[in-house]
Amino acid sequence: MLYFIEQSLNGFQLGMLLFLLAAGLTLIFGIMDLVNLAHGSLYMLGAYFAATFAEATDSFVLGAILALAATFAAGIVLEIIAIRPLYGRNHLDHVLGTFGLLIFFNDLVRLIWGPAGMTLSLPSEMLHAVQIIPGVYYPVYRLVIIAATLAVAALLYFTVMRTRLGMLIRAGASNREMVGALGVNIKLLYTLVFGLGAALAGFAGLMQAPILTVQIGMGENILILAFVVIIIGGVGSIRGAFVASILVGLIDTMGRAFVPDILRSVLSNFGASTLGPALSSMLIYMLMAGILVFRPEGLFPAASK
Amino acid sequence: MSARLNPRGGIAVGLLAILALLPLYASLTGDAFAITLFTRIIIMAMAAVSLNLIMGYGGMVSFGHAAYLGIGSYAVGILWKEGIASGFVQWPVAIAVSALFALAVGALSLRTRGVYFIMITLAFAQMVYYAALGSDRYGGDDGMTIRQRSQFGGLLDLGNRTLFYYLCFALLIASIYLVSRIVNSRFGLVIQGARSNERRMRAIGFPVFRYKLVCFAIAGALCGLAGALFANHTNFVSPAMMFWTRSGDLMVMVVLGGLGTPFGPLIGTATYLLLEEALSRVTEYSGLFLGPGLLLVALYLRGGIDGLMGDARRG
Repeated sequence: MLYFIEQSLNGFQLGMLLFLLAAGLTLIFGIMDLVNLAHGSLYMLGAYFAATFAEATDSFVLGAILALAATFAAGIVLEIIAIRPLYGRNHLDHVLGTFGLLIFFNDLVRLIWGPAGMTLSLPSEMLHAVQIIPGVYYPVYRLVIIAATLAVAALLYFTVMRTRLGMLIRAGASNREMVGALGVNIKLLYTLVFGLGAALAGFAGLMQAPILTVQIGMGENILILAFVVIIIGGVGSIRGAFVASILVGLIDTMGRAFVPDILRSVLSNFGASTLGPALSSMLIYMLMAGILVFRPEGLFPAASK
Repeated sequence: MSARLNPRGGIAVGLLAILALLPLYASLTGDAFAITLFTRIIIMAMAAVSLNLIMGYGGMVSFGHAAYLGIGSYAVGILWKEGIASGFVQWPVAIAVSALFALAVGALSLRTRGVYFIMITLAFAQMVYYAALGSDRYGGDDGMTIRQRSQFGGLLDLGNRTLFYYLCFALLIASIYLVSRIVNSRFGLVIQGARSNERRMRAIGFPVFRYKLVCFAIAGALCGLAGALFANHTNFVSPAMMFWTRSGDLMVMVVLGGLGTPFGPLIGTATYLLLEEALSRVTEYSGLFLGPGLLLVALYLRGGIDGLMGDARRG
């Protein structure tokens, strides 16, 4: 039971992290109609920036803030130089172009930071485990991740639903031409949205950096998970991304934790140990397939298209 | 399709001639690496040919094609591990399993459009990747060395590099021929019609979904065969060959050569792999040049290399 609670929290934490990535992806897709494979690169950049700045300033929090600003800036520059000409092209061009960017960023990072990878160490007070309910200890830092990502999600919700910028973003998602015709600087809006997506991805990267090693290609696996989230939630829907992130995070983590045991009680030990790991990592894709059969547009299809 | 030797035909014929004569060059100069490199190019070109069938002619932007390559390879590897080394069993199984997987993926993903289709094919390919990663019996993360190439009962000895090279070459020519026969048949015209305007094809009364599904499965089968060749070429299978960036490479090869052209995949594959090889000899950071290059191709070179040769075909 304790193990179960711990794993649920882990799953929830993974889900929140996925949400940060998926929200940016789905915003960028919903508004600019752009498929961005380089999104994982921004996640990677966020982690590298955080590790570098934290080392330079000797403070995790300061490093994280600087890294967030740096990823935002990197996103803006990237949008202006490389992404802008891709708007209005077909999806195959997007895939090809941003795949090129991903290759570029991998080698750029290798050139700047070297092939070895980095570690980002936490301040000592975050290393502890605290007792959250009697008998259940959980690392402080993971709780910090959950709290911080929830706060960001709330902030994002507030920005999109309650501010003028958010209104323009939603308007842009339903009818780009009309927003432009009404005199809104649509180019600037696009750049801001891309920067916002980049900052969200960077934030996910820097929060994850102390748990994983910071290394080249770290964004490539998680990018696909973010895609799965978007497919399940419905492309272009932030609400869908939120629900699907938690669903995917929980199922993936729980699957890895419990499927081998469950199989063991049904199958022979040998069968379970061969099938278990493979099956548990396939669970979310089966979920995706199942949802597609009944709802090809995802759980929360974006109202307009 | 004209018999006159235009630049487009010239490149294809020239490349085929080079490929046909390569073993001769290699044996004269003793350059064994050339054979290895070009065998890889030929096998990857076969995978690209199969992707071109669905992506170029059928307009189905599949971002998971490396999965079939992997399934074909693993079919050979797994059967060898379980004691079946005969190519007469291994290769048909590789083809059949790939086709079946393509049927399943196609049945689910062809219900969707556009960016959904791209992401779903991507996700299913990643699922196979994880399945291979988790299969400890067959090497898991590290992959598995196959100590014996497919046996053809004394008929063919795949251990002979030159013979294997020509076998791959012949199969590549055969698959280019097969695809061009398919796309010019009634079946292929329906597929191409569906790419231009699916709704209209359906209105005329074609069950477009079934046509596309069969086309998708044929491409999967062909790529599975390429996978079986690949396993024999490298004597090794690993999940890494199915990682989604491999699928991206395949897409690049097809687009680089020219979508929906018979020899485009071969030209694109040769260009991409040779460029990669050349760059890696000059610089450690080839991606710094390759990446922006891809972006430029996506932006300015819509027809790929084929498109440089003028507009014979409407896009």
